[in-house]
Amino acid sequence: MMNFTKNNVGWVVLVVVFLVLPHVFTQSFALSLMTQMGIAIIFALSYNMLLGQVGLLSFGHAVYYGLGAFFTAHLINWIAAGVIWFPITLVPIFGGLCGMFFGFIFGIVTTRRPGTPFAMISLGIAEMVAASALMFTAFFGGEAGIDTNRTAGGAMLGISYGPQIQVYYLVVAWCIVSIVGMYAITRTPLGRMANAVRDNPERAKFVGYNPTRVRWMTMTLAGFFAGLAGSLYIINYEIVTFETLGILESGRVVLMAFIGGIGHFWGPIIGAVLVTFLQSALSNYTEAWLLYFGLLFLVIIMFSPGGIAGLIAKHDPVMKAGLLKRLLPSYMIVSATGAVMLLGFISIIEMIYHVESAISGNDPMALFGVMINPSTLNPWLVILLMFAVGTALFVKATRRVGQVWDELGPDLQSKGVI
Amino acid sequence: MGRIRTGSPEQGGNLNSSAIKLSSVKKNFGQTEIIKGVSLDIVKGERHAIIGPNGAGKSTLFNLISGRFPLTEGTIELGGEDITNLDPELINRKGLARSFQITNIFPKMSVYENVRCAVLWSLGYKYSFWKRVSGLVDASERTAEIVELIGLKDRHERLAGVLTYAEQRALEIGVTIAGGANVILLDEPTAGMSLSERNDAVELVRKVTEGKTLVMVEHDMSVVFGLADRITVLVYGQVIATGKPSEIEENRAVQEAYLGTEQQ
Repeated sequence: MMNFTKNNVGWVVLVVVFLVLPHVFTQSFALSLMTQMGIAIIFALSYNMLLGQVGLLSFGHAVYYGLGAFFTAHLINWIAAGVIWFPITLVPIFGGLCGMFFGFIFGIVTTRRPGTPFAMISLGIAEMVAASALMFTAFFGGEAGIDTNRTAGGAMLGISYGPQIQVYYLVVAWCIVSIVGMYAITRTPLGRMANAVRDNPERAKFVGYNPTRVRWMTMTLAGFFAGLAGSLYIINYEIVTFETLGILESGRVVLMAFIGGIGHFWGPIIGAVLVTFLQSALSNYTEAWLLYFGLLFLVIIMFSPGGIAGLIAKHDPVMKAGLLKRLLPSYMIVSATGAVMLLGFISIIEMIYHVESAISGNDPMALFGVMINPSTLNPWLVILLMFAVGTALFVKATRRVGQVWDELGPDLQSKGVI
Repeated sequence: MGRIRTGSPEQGGNLNSSAIKLSSVKKNFGQTEIIKGVSLDIVKGERHAIIGPNGAGKSTLFNLISGRFPLTEGTIELGGEDITNLDPELINRKGLARSFQITNIFPKMSVYENVRCAVLWSLGYKYSFWKRVSGLVDASERTAEIVELIGLKDRHERLAGVLTYAEQRALEIGVTIAGGANVILLDEPTAGMSLSERNDAVELVRKVTEGKTLVMVEHDMSVVFGLADRITVLVYGQVIATGKPSEIEENRAVQEAYLGTEQQ
């Protein structure tokens, strides 16, 4: 009962946050970023239906996302041409059904063999569909892609989807529906059996379930939500190219899920928000953003396999026991030393990148607001020292964190929270 | 030898009385014959133990009956219906459930969830993705009943993977019987247990198989002779005797092949 109430509060908070956000961040840049986040959340959650719920590591999930986008683009163009009538607000259902159809079709082939074969076949299908997208230009528009006009349907109840804010609220509405829907599915017989199949497909057979069927149905449903996200994508951008269903896009959703954490339902939500933010924001500040991004992924996989959600959930028992304050001092030291180390590391990368560049290599550069001249030795000494000292202290500080956790163990046990 | 009956049960030739019927079942792994033509009739409602030395093919026999491995030759019937080479889930749905020698549960799910997964199909929920599982009253009741029966009520929120060995074995039995199957195959339900744990396990097996057909593989002779109505002795893939415990005990072939060393 506790959980139920807690969950309900969570949903209300979620809705309020969605509604309030555009009033807090009013810039048009922020609005389009938040729209992208909403789409990414649906996409990442749909991906985690496969990876987190039923244990299928897919490298081709953008296929359903991209196909949903392409089919929706054509639907909107038909609406524009007056061939059929369909409200834009409900277009994502069509995109979802397209994604679902392809999830169903490709699922026949892919879900028989979980593990590495599934991952490889998903990669193969992704390549195949991406190649087809460039071959069949009438449908996919070749390299130029397909463009469309979301206002084509005309205004309905004053909603024309001309202004970005209307698109934002459309995305938010579908995002909430999708989150609730996907969460609800985890609480159904199929959802529970998906977890069972993920943990032990063999045993699932001996309680009457066909693991292949469970995977296949889950994949079909995941295809629906990916396709739905894809059609929001086309409504938002009004153009879709073959890249949307390509390997890079498939890789992006893998990153979102892993960084956020695949072991918790809400993990991919964190991942989607963070990755979308980093992609848009970081790329404005530095050309080396992809490198930092890769580093973030690496660090999370190595030190927190459960992702950010796993890290947060790890502190749940400590919170319940009211012992969080004992961790805080060591955490603050880790953060401070980590910041020094990171600053040193970023400076090294940025300076090398600057010197390497033929155009500006010998000019002074601004680093965190400080003008330095990388053609002299001093800045190099400073940042190398900073990196070395920061790393040494950071390593020491992380050991201390480990100690504090060890000390917490008996107290957590005596309080009965673990 | 005259007192030992191989094959036909003494309850008579009524076809309906047979729970499982194996006819000339053979299984090869590559060139190696593991099961060399086993014919066996398990009577409805009996507790039947399969004993034999290591490597006799007891677990393989279970794997054949439950559909885990395909047969090389022969047929298997369940309640008069041919189930030869059906998929395990189809055999399960016809009312046969099995446990495993090496604990085979859902380690990352709670005890309660483990049992609930095992009741869902039998209550007809199939692959439903529109019904809230917590709202399924019959499933919840049945699950709570089983969890209590296997003595894990206090531990029902625990992850199955962190239970003690004996608790995992109890859960293994719980997952097996949860679907309400009429024919239950238990593969060494007491293996690796201490004496007191073993007594509890025997009581549990007795309780949960009340009114059902039980076939079990078991190494512990006190368990076998205490629980079984009939015993089949399997040696190197062949049935050398089937009969009541007293008959098996007196059987010379059995003594030579297997029991002699353990009963002295």
